[in-house]
Amino acid sequence: MLLQLLPQSIVFGILVGALYGLAAVGLSLVFGVTKFLNVAHGELLMLGGYATFWLFQLLKFDPFLSLPLSILFLLVIGVVLYQLVFVRMVKLPEEAKVKNTMLVGFGLSLILQNIALRLWTADDRGVTTAYSRIAYTVLDTRFPLIRVVSLVISLVALLALHQFLKRTYAGKAIRATVEDWEAASLMGIDVHRIYLLSFLIGAALAGVAGSLVSVGYSIAPGMGLEWTLKSLIVMVLGGLGSFVGTFVGGIVLGLTESLAGLAISGSYREVVGLALFILVLIFRPQGLFGAKER
Amino acid sequence: MKKIVLAAALVLLLGGLIALPLTQVQDNITNLVILVFLYVMLSSSWNILGGFTGQTNLGHAAFFGLGALATRLLWLEGKWPIIPSIMVGVGAAVALALLIGLPAFRLRGVYFAIGTLAMGQILNVTVGNVLPEISAIPPKDLATYALLPRYYVFLALAVVTVVAAYVLANSRLGLGMMAVREGEDAAESLGVSALQHKLLALIISASLAGLAGGAFAFYHVGYYPSFPFGPTWTFDSVMVAYLGGTGTVIGPVIGSIFYVVVKELLALRLADYHLIIFGALFVLVVLFMPGGLVEAWSKIRKVLTHGGAPTPPPQPAKREAGPLAKERSELSE
Repeated sequence: MLLQLLPQSIVFGILVGALYGLAAVGLSLVFGVTKFLNVAHGELLMLGGYATFWLFQLLKFDPFLSLPLSILFLLVIGVVLYQLVFVRMVKLPEEAKVKNTMLVGFGLSLILQNIALRLWTADDRGVTTAYSRIAYTVLDTRFPLIRVVSLVISLVALLALHQFLKRTYAGKAIRATVEDWEAASLMGIDVHRIYLLSFLIGAALAGVAGSLVSVGYSIAPGMGLEWTLKSLIVMVLGGLGSFVGTFVGGIVLGLTESLAGLAISGSYREVVGLALFILVLIFRPQGLFGAKER
Repeated sequence: MKKIVLAAALVLLLGGLIALPLTQVQDNITNLVILVFLYVMLSSSWNILGGFTGQTNLGHAAFFGLGALATRLLWLEGKWPIIPSIMVGVGAAVALALLIGLPAFRLRGVYFAIGTLAMGQILNVTVGNVLPEISAIPPKDLATYALLPRYYVFLALAVVTVVAAYVLANSRLGLGMMAVREGEDAAESLGVSALQHKLLALIISASLAGLAGGAFAFYHVGYYPSFPFGPTWTFDSVMVAYLGGTGTVIGPVIGSIFYVVVKELLALRLADYHLIIFGALFVLVVLFMPGGLVEAWSKIRKVLTHGGAPTPPPQPAKREAGPLAKERSELSE
């Protein structure tokens, strides 16, 4: 029985892991460039999810086709949060910056979560389209269409980010800022604009991840903390600075949770992921795939 | 003279708090004061590690919850008297602190924060899975449930917590903790062991949080065992400490009074929005007034005593501009 379920668990693990990876890449990019530890990242995901949900519910927009609108919404939220709050912490020394952005992030998550609760109630919501129940069966293993499409979209988003960072001037400026912001600013890069740009890319990625969650799974105002934790876990698992590593870290977490659900019980999936995280923090703080610290 | 006045005021305050429930005061007022005591314990204990020692612990609810869990089990299921039950609860919280202390402090700064956040969630989910049933005081005991002993337990434990924080802040150990906060490497170079001070701060902080948990278990009629493990308790502790002023003894006390009173006032009109308002306040405090209400008060007092005009900064004495001075100023350009 267990063996029969194994391939299915692996498939589901990879499918959900891609979303963990996508969420974590956004958090990791923002942290890598700005040293902002935005723990309201999960709330940004939540907002993206609700954007897709309401566009579908009220205007009958297809959840995948409405992704650009969800991204646009998160860009607006991102600009507001950055200009109103985060810009005031840009000049702090690194350690204070990490700590203060984390504290402020908790305040923001409290605000966003409760606004969502007031506006949209505590109910679990999800987008159910005409094609939501379609699933392909290969070798007794189910591949739900929407989750497979979500995986493809995650990969496309990751590839686009990769190309952006590699090929464009702004992307190179971001990478230079990650390496050494002082040197970058001496070379004529406007570091403040790079910070804003990275923050917005992070918000947009959170939006995409949230939209995909609302299609394949469910969303609720209180989902933020769980997703922030997952993103943090994956960020550390993957090691800072490598987005491919981060994405693979997401898949590792998804697989771990899924297999733990199979081996122990579904209610402990989250615990196993967190325990894995603490072990990695203690024994390999540079991440599973990160290089050893110089 | 000032000290005598302060001491007299404290004695008066304590006497007032002891006498309060004996006057014909309504139960809901007593409950509110109990809530203030609970927040004083939670935020003061968080403050010892988070404020004095500078280690942001985001798993504080784990110690509170464990204290509550052990106390509740012994007291309700084991039929123990309440005081020994609470002592065992404190022991359980300290045991957890010892267990996670060494690995946790291998993590510096932000990793410590997210590591403790993860630990808190592990315990929260696990306790929720293992003990899904609500824990309620049995109906026959409920008939004799009295608020008065609860009130005094809370009062006594809150006083213990604040006194412990005060003694610590003025001790060599407390100064060492603050030195670690200001700069770990600098503290180490002066012979202050960062690891030792952080561990002791965690143990003291955890034991006081366990104490708060024990009082909570004694007070609450019925709740899910995982409830005190919820992340809300951690965030409330952090928020209250910051609103009042971290790193000070009086800050968490002021923060607790402020939090409970304002929350109660908001409950009349804006019950659903109080968390949004406190979230915004917290963000504003971290951004603009990191010393909280204590800092705000000292600023106001400064303005009052100086009549509103900021004191001019001392002017550097003008030196004769010799040729050398000129050369120097050219060099520095």
